[in-house]
Amino acid sequence: MQKLIEWIDARLPVVTAYEKHMSKYYAPKNFNVMYFFGSLSMLVLVNQLLTGIWLTMSYNPSAEGAFASIEYIMRDVEYGWLLRYLHSTGASAFFVVVYLHMFRGLMYGSYRKPRELVWIFGMTIYLCLMAEAFMGYLLPWGQMSYWGAQVIINLFGAIPVIGEDLSLWIRGDYLISGITLNRFFALHVVALPIVLLALVVLHLLALHEVGSNNPDGIEIKKNKDENGIPKDGIPFHPYYTVHDIVAVVVFLFVFCGVVFFFPEMGGFFLEKPNFEPANPLKTPEHIAPVWYFTPYYAMLRAVTVGLFGLPAKFWGVVVMGAAIAILFVLPWLDKSPVKSIRYKGWISKIALIAFAISFVILGYLGAVPATEGRTTVAQILTFVYFAFFILMPWYSRIDKTKPVPERVTG
Amino acid sequence: MKKILVTLVFAILPSVVLAAGAGVPLDHMKPDLEDQASLQRGAATFTNYCMGCHSMKYARYERVANDLGIPNELYEENLIFSDAKIGELMNIAMAPSQAKNWFGNPPPDLTLEGRLRGPDWLYSYMRAFYVDESRPYGVNNSVFKDVGMPHVLADLQGVCAHKPETGAEKVVDPLSGRIVSEGGCESYAVEGSMTKAEYDETIYDLVNFMVYMAEPSRLESERLGKWVLIFLVILFIPAYFLNKEYWKDVH
Repeated sequence: MQKLIEWIDARLPVVTAYEKHMSKYYAPKNFNVMYFFGSLSMLVLVNQLLTGIWLTMSYNPSAEGAFASIEYIMRDVEYGWLLRYLHSTGASAFFVVVYLHMFRGLMYGSYRKPRELVWIFGMTIYLCLMAEAFMGYLLPWGQMSYWGAQVIINLFGAIPVIGEDLSLWIRGDYLISGITLNRFFALHVVALPIVLLALVVLHLLALHEVGSNNPDGIEIKKNKDENGIPKDGIPFHPYYTVHDIVAVVVFLFVFCGVVFFFPEMGGFFLEKPNFEPANPLKTPEHIAPVWYFTPYYAMLRAVTVGLFGLPAKFWGVVVMGAAIAILFVLPWLDKSPVKSIRYKGWISKIALIAFAISFVILGYLGAVPATEGRTTVAQILTFVYFAFFILMPWYSRIDKTKPVPERVTG
Repeated sequence: MKKILVTLVFAILPSVVLAAGAGVPLDHMKPDLEDQASLQRGAATFTNYCMGCHSMKYARYERVANDLGIPNELYEENLIFSDAKIGELMNIAMAPSQAKNWFGNPPPDLTLEGRLRGPDWLYSYMRAFYVDESRPYGVNNSVFKDVGMPHVLADLQGVCAHKPETGAEKVVDPLSGRIVSEGGCESYAVEGSMTKAEYDETIYDLVNFMVYMAEPSRLESERLGKWVLIFLVILFIPAYFLNKEYWKDVH
């Protein structure tokens, strides 16, 4: 065995790579539960890839056959129902863990120098994941698949001059049709997964170059022992691998509970109208995207006035796009002398809580039909969402901070 | 800032509470997928009364027969009226183009209706037909207004003389213990062959069958799921102690 490894290592740097990323990657020893969600998203990614490959074996990407082939998977394929529920629940689980992972970054300032690229790669993964989920959602070819895609692609039509042609180009037809389904299938199962995997590699390479942040927001590399090993660091393997196994078991318990007992999750993971095949002549009463898109959908609907001769819909799209775009520049908005929320002052704490609450409530508002009152609330919360970012250079600078300790505090 | 936050929470709360959707109140029914006798009766009712117009084209006869514990030969003899083989999909002979002429819209496929509408809706709908001479088939429905479907089970239920109330609470006279009102149909324009209780039972079985049909893997999923969760609980023990063992020296 040893000889084989030596033989390979002389030709491919496997030992170096293993040491750099596992056994000699020194992670801070004070990670808390919020640090589980990175490895959990890797787990969900693998679940999506594997179940996705097996679903592809029985799925028929055509307007005539898509819906029936899903039911074929659910009824006639051995354990097809399990593959499908693992995949559909996995999609929602992916966003759950990614949102928590991002929130961890916000709490402890993991986006701050020198981790700007880690954050930007992460945000690009998030963007890619949204495209992946959106295109995957069309594939079952149910009513909500169809009309959800219709609504979202029509948004591009709001862009002046090129809008109509752009949405036509995306659909490949004058309405959502088998052509759209086929291209979404190709993108969902080939193009985007490749991009996603590449981005995950970049995210990890960038992370392992600068090292992980921690709940105290201290650079452990500033405090090394005589061997050049950070005093507060601990080898990722075996310490965090055994740590993550516990998290994986707990996560799988919840995940499998949903998969086996509540795969529809009360209509949030699998929406009821999607049990009816797509019908271009019949619009569902209430069209709502899946829960992980609803905060942005609420922002889109919150914009009710046109400006500069452009319609409200266009500005809604701008607001929605800006809500995601602004996350990319976050590393340069935070001017606080400390990274972690533990040592930031009360303004930053309130701002973060208000931001999180507004995101959750916007998510709720995007899932239910709009009323006048709800639109007003959505407008206020959209404002809170943006204020968190736009005012950050100001409040993070004037906010009173607590002294940061020299060493991590466990 | 805190004040604003508190105000905001109170401003938002009512909108969250009011989220429960409106619509026609429904009678409640709790499906029991373990009750094979009920599912078998439901399958019989569906095949005899519904399958003339409604297909279940994503499902196969054989699967239904096996899941419901009906021997294949018995199923073929009594519950397949076309020349279909037991392994085939549950299609119907009626052409959609003809159906469109007769009913305005072709009757939908019902394989997934149990998930699309839900058991409460189906249970209420099937018991909510009433006389309405202005409609082409002489009946209307209090759950699905102006529905194109005739009252196929009129032979069994009869036809209600008034618009039946769905989702009504049972009112019992506290002195005599007599039921004063319980919603549903109270007088019939045409009598059927069943009593009210018998008809409710028949519809319960029918809806139970449709709920099974919409997701035939449900019972298997729950059986398997139990073992998966038990396995994970057991796996948690070594995972927990392995982690503890490694971390006991880290301070």
